Amino acid sequence: MSDPRVDAPTIATTVLAPGTVGAPPAVDLAGHTSVGDLTLDVRLKVRPGELVAVVGPNGAGKTTLLRLVAGLVALDAGSLSLGGRVVDDATSSGFVTSHRRRVGWVPQDRLLFDHLPVAANVGFSPRATPERVAHLLAELDLVDLADRRPTDCSGGQAQRVAVARALAGAPDVLLLDEPSTALDAESRRRIYHLLEDGERPATLLVTHDPGEAAGLADRVVELATGQVVGDAP
Amino acid sequence: MAVVGITVLALPLVGLVQRAPWTSLGDLLGRRPVLESLRVSLTVSLVTAGVVLVLGTPLAWVLARVEMPFRRLVRALVVLPMVLPPVVGGTALLFALGRRGLVGQWLDRWFDVALPFTMAGAVVAAVFVALPFYVVTVEGALRTTGDEMEGLAATLGAPPLTVLRRVTLPRLVPAMGAGLALAWARALGEFGATITFAGNLPGRTRTLPLATFQAMESDPEAALALSLVLLAVSLAVLIPTRNRWLPTR
Repeated sequence: MSDPRVDAPTIATTVLAPGTVGAPPAVDLAGHTSVGDLTLDVRLKVRPGELVAVVGPNGAGKTTLLRLVAGLVALDAGSLSLGGRVVDDATSSGFVTSHRRRVGWVPQDRLLFDHLPVAANVGFSPRATPERVAHLLAELDLVDLADRRPTDCSGGQAQRVAVARALAGAPDVLLLDEPSTALDAESRRRIYHLLEDGERPATLLVTHDPGEAAGLADRVVELATGQVVGDAP
Repeated sequence: MAVVGITVLALPLVGLVQRAPWTSLGDLLGRRPVLESLRVSLTVSLVTAGVVLVLGTPLAWVLARVEMPFRRLVRALVVLPMVLPPVVGGTALLFALGRRGLVGQWLDRWFDVALPFTMAGAVVAAVFVALPFYVVTVEGALRTTGDEMEGLAATLGAPPLTVLRRVTLPRLVPAMGAGLALAWARALGEFGATITFAGNLPGRTRTLPLATFQAMESDPEAALALSLVLLAVSLAVLIPTRNRWLPTR
């Protein structure tokens, strides 16, 4: 709230892509929450299909922002709507749990299900259709690994599995936490290609890499000590 | 010093194997008292394993996942039997569940149930000493697998019961197996609490360790044979728990 630019409603809604005028924002957050030493206090809107890069130093609250949208952290005050539906409202104690939000979360440490083969990881979501799983396995070059355990995958392969798993449930919001750390060039190219696809959901991409932010994102939001300090196309 | 350490651990085993009556082993193990104590031991230890599974899993869950007051105290209480001399455990059980014990008198009066000097009593004694091994193992696994994996499954749209069935339990199975093996081995080797609380009655509470102790007085060869059986069982237990105690590569 300290930054006047953040409070200005024009910031988040400036340029609307044709066809999305009137559609509710995929993410509409205005509120704060405390996790450990960090107090995250953010206003942020993300349009359907928009890719917003979130940058900032360690401890700025980037990961907490993703966890908030995913429903793994609750707001202390304010509210969060996804696609026009209020999923967290601190005043009315309304809270929609993770499994009833349509989000796809790719955490930094991936958290693959080691007890399931790659194909079952990708198809884990009850919302995943066999066609969608097959499509994602092909797009991310995972077909040959389908029967393998995640523990037998390289870092890049595991990252592609994690992205495919998040997308298989056809999320409205995709949350990527440092997806390209420890990623080989080919994996990076495949994931980027998928994200440049017109079909992509609204995406929050947490990254340390300015090149990644500039190259992929429609907008770059900069966080510092839990607050938005920059928001630029 | 490391060599001395290894020697201290290995020497008794070498002694046992070297003195073992290999030629008459079959005959010794086929004797009726031996078979009887084997039957008692298997019954008591297997029932114990079942009880440990049913009681220990929710307990491990609560310790690992539920925020509660006095958790450290509860945890200390759970671990206590691991460091408590078993004979003290047996004495404590006697004062709690014995015929004139704190709870035992009511069991006796209302339900006509008396635990001391029965096979059920031997099970109670074994559960008392074996439960911590299972709880500690499973609790550790629940902590390391963490809520994160379950949170992730939820973001994929899986409701809580599906998460439990498809993520939590399958990931917990190896630890449950290892914990059960440890608890079962501990129950099989239990001596102090059993002899104090359940006595040493042939065919009812005389387990393999009690029979071994008994045999040392009259028939050392039989005692050696029984010891070999218990040693073999202990080695077998290391197989499902090898990831925990032995390097994999």
